[in-house]
Amino acid sequence: MKTGSPQIPNSKRAAGLVLAAAVALVSLGVPANAADKLKIGYIGTFSGPGAAFGQNMADGFMLGLEELGGKLGGLEVELSKNDDQWKPDVAKQIAEKLVTRDHVDIVAGVYFSNILVSIYRTVVDSNTLLITSNAGPSPQAGKECSPYFFTTSWQSDQLSKALGKYMSDHGLNRVATVVSNYQAGVDALNGFKSGFKGTIVAEIMPAVGQLDYSAEIARVSSQKPDAIFAFIAGGLSVNFVKQYAQAGLMKKIPFHSIFTISATNLPAIGEVAIGTKSINAWTIDADNPENKKFVENFRKKYKRDPSIDSANAYDSVFLIDQAVRDINGKIEDKQAFIRALEQAKFKSIRGTFKFNNNHFPIQTFYQTAVTKASDGHLYDARGEAVLVDDMDAYHDQCKMN
Amino acid sequence: MLDPGLIFIQTLNGLQFGMMLFLFTAGLTLVLGVMNLVNLAHGSFFMIGAFVAADVSQRSGSFTIGALAGLLASFLIGIALELTVVRRLYTRNHLDQVLVTFGLILVFHESARIVWGSAPLYIAIPPILDGATDLFDGLSYPTYRLFLIALGLVVAGGLYFLIAKTKIGMLIRAGSSNRELVEILGIDVRFLFTFIFGLGAVLAALGGIAMAPILSVEASMGDSVLILALVVIVIGGVGSVRGSFVAAVIVGMVDTLGRAFLPIMLAGVVSDSVVSNYGPGLVSTLVYLIMVIVLLTKPEGLFSARKG
Repeated sequence: MKTGSPQIPNSKRAAGLVLAAAVALVSLGVPANAADKLKIGYIGTFSGPGAAFGQNMADGFMLGLEELGGKLGGLEVELSKNDDQWKPDVAKQIAEKLVTRDHVDIVAGVYFSNILVSIYRTVVDSNTLLITSNAGPSPQAGKECSPYFFTTSWQSDQLSKALGKYMSDHGLNRVATVVSNYQAGVDALNGFKSGFKGTIVAEIMPAVGQLDYSAEIARVSSQKPDAIFAFIAGGLSVNFVKQYAQAGLMKKIPFHSIFTISATNLPAIGEVAIGTKSINAWTIDADNPENKKFVENFRKKYKRDPSIDSANAYDSVFLIDQAVRDINGKIEDKQAFIRALEQAKFKSIRGTFKFNNNHFPIQTFYQTAVTKASDGHLYDARGEAVLVDDMDAYHDQCKMN
Repeated sequence: MLDPGLIFIQTLNGLQFGMMLFLFTAGLTLVLGVMNLVNLAHGSFFMIGAFVAADVSQRSGSFTIGALAGLLASFLIGIALELTVVRRLYTRNHLDQVLVTFGLILVFHESARIVWGSAPLYIAIPPILDGATDLFDGLSYPTYRLFLIALGLVVAGGLYFLIAKTKIGMLIRAGSSNRELVEILGIDVRFLFTFIFGLGAVLAALGGIAMAPILSVEASMGDSVLILALVVIVIGGVGSVRGSFVAAVIVGMVDTLGRAFLPIMLAGVVSDSVVSNYGPGLVSTLVYLIMVIVLLTKPEGLFSARKG
């Protein structure tokens, strides 16, 4: 391909080149601390079976941004929304586009752990900040940790560890476990075993995407355990919970689960979920003014309850806001930006919040129980603190460089 | 070691899962057998039926009204789709059919999300079918699942009557075994095809509505059934409703009993870590193993309509 048009005389072309060079020099001459906007590439799951979760997360993020007037730390935000379709290959292409073509300052969002793993190296190796709010795989908390990666959620094992401890503390000694047969399920089971002191009477691993769980439920029932620990992935958890209730087991074998019942699917599960127990860091009834404002604004804007996904995403907005404010908008100095994120004193709606050395939060995990409010709607109510200021099991392996 | 009560319950579970597969597959195998159409969007009617039923029953407070609305909506959408899009596909090859009907899945998914949002919907079990029924020896079984088994048997009986005893059934049988001859005999094949496509949509919707109270009502709910349904068709024989009934029960039984008892039986033979690592994978391949065996021994399926 030719670079110039042959009709234009050489002198004019030369003049054009000089002009272009001048423009380039002027733009280079702009001082490095005068960024006037913050470019965020948001990667979320907006279609396919994970869309309901991705939408809740995005709604929390957008609400936070809207409350701050579309500015973070005083900088105008230029946001691009991208749909990963819960497909790692699609997500990787998006991430490459965001860092090499769009030169975003921050990649945010990212719901599913397999999506995070697929884009992780692309983003952090290009020295772009990756600030996510849900997935927490163990490698990223340990050996694979990076100064450029932050999450406002947790390392996934922490929740199942807390639930295991809670069940032991409350005399539930014979437990049947039902976890989806994939990496996150195996991790959840191992996390559970690290906190649980009793006996596991049946370890059942149904396939991901299974429709009918009657065989598994009959096996649980036949063992007559004190309680059940469940982690069923994705939207199909609704099937499991409903079928468990229909088999008449909710009263006989109390239901304990993580990542299985949330505000996203509670309306679809219905009242049979009342009394089921789980673990969470944030709950909708967390007693602090920031959370009250968040819940009120979310309900007003979206006409439904926020989920844990919305809450963690909302926190990530205020984290970025505080850090950018602390460095007076000089986001080009990446090391200073990272330090500001590490030390950001923003008000998390879950209560206390502090980053560990691996950029995962040190936080308190509470037992929760699905409860019916006086107006008839269902929510996860906060119970006792099970693990206080908990650190994940992998932070020792993290050596930032 | 194995409790006979548990074996009985698991057999009922298998039968019930088989009936669900049958409701889904009956329409699909008719469309494939008579019209030679590979309709991947069959699961969308399963989904539409469930969505409309959930929505209408929530507004009206009646499961029955919701169910009727779901059936009617799927029938009308099925007919409209046949008249506008599907009709053009009969003369095309299977690859074109797969591409177009796959496109239709995406259209239906997004439409459902635009209309109902991406969070799953709720539909309750009708009160008279809620709870558990006592069988014998202190065994009880969810009433709604007994109802599903009965529903599957009734639909199977109804389809048998329709296909074996009525004029339209005669045309369906004729169309399945020799489509060209039916056309040559001067039968209005276009009407027949529209009817069968509509019937298929209603059967899929019936399956979706019946399963809605025990499944998550969301856009992709039909797709997860589709793969197993194709296995059922391969085993049962293309175009044969009787074949898909038998194959659906076989697949339902093997899958359920495999999941229930294979890990327990393996536990006595190999070490625990082998069971937990390979057990679940082995169980989920059982039905495909059966499909392979059927393909090797009877490539036309157990009851092929083509052979007459």
